[in-house]
Amino acid sequence: MVFVWSFLVGGLICVIGQIMLDIFKLTPGHTLTTLVISGAILSGFGLYDKLIDFAGAGASVPITSFGNSLVQGAMQEAEKHGIIGVVTGMFEITSSGISSAIIFGVLGAILFKPKG
Amino acid sequence: MSNNKKKNLTPTQQDYQSFAKDREVKRPVVKNCIRAFIVGGSICTIGQAISTFYMHFFKFTEQNVANPTVATLIFITMLLTGFGVYDHFAQFAGAGTAVPVTGFGNAVISAAIEHRTEGFVLGVGGNMFKLAGSVIAFGTFSAFVIALIKTLLIQWGVL
Repeated sequence: MVFVWSFLVGGLICVIGQIMLDIFKLTPGHTLTTLVISGAILSGFGLYDKLIDFAGAGASVPITSFGNSLVQGAMQEAEKHGIIGVVTGMFEITSSGISSAIIFGVLGAILFKPKG
Repeated sequence: MSNNKKKNLTPTQQDYQSFAKDREVKRPVVKNCIRAFIVGGSICTIGQAISTFYMHFFKFTEQNVANPTVATLIFITMLLTGFGVYDHFAQFAGAGTAVPVTGFGNAVISAAIEHRTEGFVLGVGGNMFKLAGSVIAFGTFSAFVIALIKTLLIQWGVL
């Protein structure tokens, strides 16, 4: 059942992105940035975690979850160390997305030649 | 802003603007949305399958399974981007491939491959986050502001 929900929720988030591109005529950069910020805001109200519980990868694969895990990491550290934790814990959870993007980016640049 | 711009134009220019607007190709919004829905949903379902695999065989919990899933999806993106398949795919799917984390991966990886000819330090290293940088910058900053407000509210006993 979680597969069905992840398809529906993930698809819906992509449709929101497509509407921002086509109807509000934003650039892809603006669209993604807006989505990340809205993920962070939803996370601030504790809503995004519920969505992940409900839809699994449907909520954790779209870029909105990047904003969510930034806030979650910051909050986890803030519970232990107070305000300083907000800065030090920021990338605690989300490190895999950024580090794998860097690692595979460099690897890709070594392995592949630019086309065209 | 667009109205402000219009005021500074001569009548002929204004006429031309409305003329150009009439002839602008209408975007097939509904078709694009359906494509984005199907492709985006499929990518998330693949992600869910990868998550299930990691939970089953590598003892990840539901809380931290998103990490290896994201890394695997970005690895697949690297292969697809490198072989030049991702571009065709993205042309078809629009936001369906841009919004999932694969779009973030593709932005980083394609920039890295594209600027390889300028050398590894200045080209690859310097341009890697050209497209994806704003996502990280504003994601981090907004998360900082939100987490700060929430922490202060908790400390003051409001929440």
